[in-house]
Amino acid sequence: MAEGKLLLEIVTPQGLVFSQEVDEVTASGTEGEFGILPGHVPFVTTLKIGMLSCKVGSETKYFFVNWGYAEVSHEKVLILADSAEKSDEIDYERAKAAMERAEQRMKQAENIDFKRAEAAVERAVTRIQIAELKRLK
Amino acid sequence: MATLRDIKRRIKAVQSTSKITKAMKMVAASKFRRAQQRMFEMRPYADRMNAILSGLAGSSEGEVHPLLAVRPRRTVEVLVLTSDRGLCGAFNANILKAATKHIDELKGEGFEVRISSIGRKAVDYFKRREIPQRKSWSGISGKISYSNAREIAGDIIENYTNEEIDEIILVYNEFKSVVAQRVVMARILPLAPIAAAEEMPVYNFIYEPSMKEIFNDLLPKNVEVQIFRALLESQASEEAARMSAMENATKAANEMIDSLSLQYNKARQATITKELMDIVGGVEALKG
Repeated sequence: MAEGKLLLEIVTPQGLVFSQEVDEVTASGTEGEFGILPGHVPFVTTLKIGMLSCKVGSETKYFFVNWGYAEVSHEKVLILADSAEKSDEIDYERAKAAMERAEQRMKQAENIDFKRAEAAVERAVTRIQIAELKRLK
Repeated sequence: MATLRDIKRRIKAVQSTSKITKAMKMVAASKFRRAQQRMFEMRPYADRMNAILSGLAGSSEGEVHPLLAVRPRRTVEVLVLTSDRGLCGAFNANILKAATKHIDELKGEGFEVRISSIGRKAVDYFKRREIPQRKSWSGISGKISYSNAREIAGDIIENYTNEEIDEIILVYNEFKSVVAQRVVMARILPLAPIAAAEEMPVYNFIYEPSMKEIFNDLLPKNVEVQIFRALLESQASEEAARMSAMENATKAANEMIDSLSLQYNKARQATITKELMDIVGGVEALKG
């Protein structure tokens, strides 16, 4: 492995989403956003619905991550997520439709469904944000 | 002796059977490819999760999670995983035979045994024998999703933490190769104490939020992943078994067609010979 690089692996039950050496990783943990540079202390955390980004040279890649874990060792970041998508694989229209549906449900639902609908909205909003980020570039 | 027309009818019947089995084989083959691909996609995730867990076990101190705790065994649950559909050779029979044997053994050793089943074949099997089932799931094979595994795992974990069940054994077909499936009995809970991998450097991990919370999250997840993996393995095995069963059926049908055609030709020849003899006999008689 090249000196001063991190191996980032994103794995979901649907397969390996990403595996590449990168310079820097930023992810949203349940306790807040965190950044990782090569040589970080070993670290395990849970991830919430959110964005993960990594820098390779001057390029930045974005991912949508839906729950999961991150295990960080000196030269490796391993993300185990329920699902994950590259920013250019996000279906913008679908996310928008999902958001509208979930918002509808939130208006009618009692508290049992409310949490699920809330999570759906969060997922949709995050997806849209990431997709828009990509669009602006 | 069967008449010509009877034989012809049988040939037609066998031919149409062989067409069906051949088509079923093709369908099974394409389903198998999909199932196999999903199984392969799942593997890195399951492997990485084990790696994380063993890393954690290597660096953790003492604290034992309820799902890791081994209690004295009193009630054992046998979770039997079969397919929903038949026509896949000995696939389901093997599982049910092994499960029944294991259940009898456990009973012989004095454990209280409960049975849960996944897949219509297992559900019906126990129902026919009037063996009570604690819980049954059916109609998921063919469209397995992660939420199926989550539902099953959730139910099991709940019963385990309530101490209604002290051990859970999952009986399923492991995928070996296209021609070989192996019946496996895997202990799902309590989770086997995870041995720290030896060559792995022992890190002092920082946990966020806390180690306990991460274990609380990761261990049930691991149960889900194990079950999901078993579901996918079973699915791939089922389609592989169906593929070879249908292949055999097609072969048998073709052999039957061959031997029937031979019979048909022989009978036809015999009729012709008989007719010729009649004619020749008639001509001889006229001459006289």
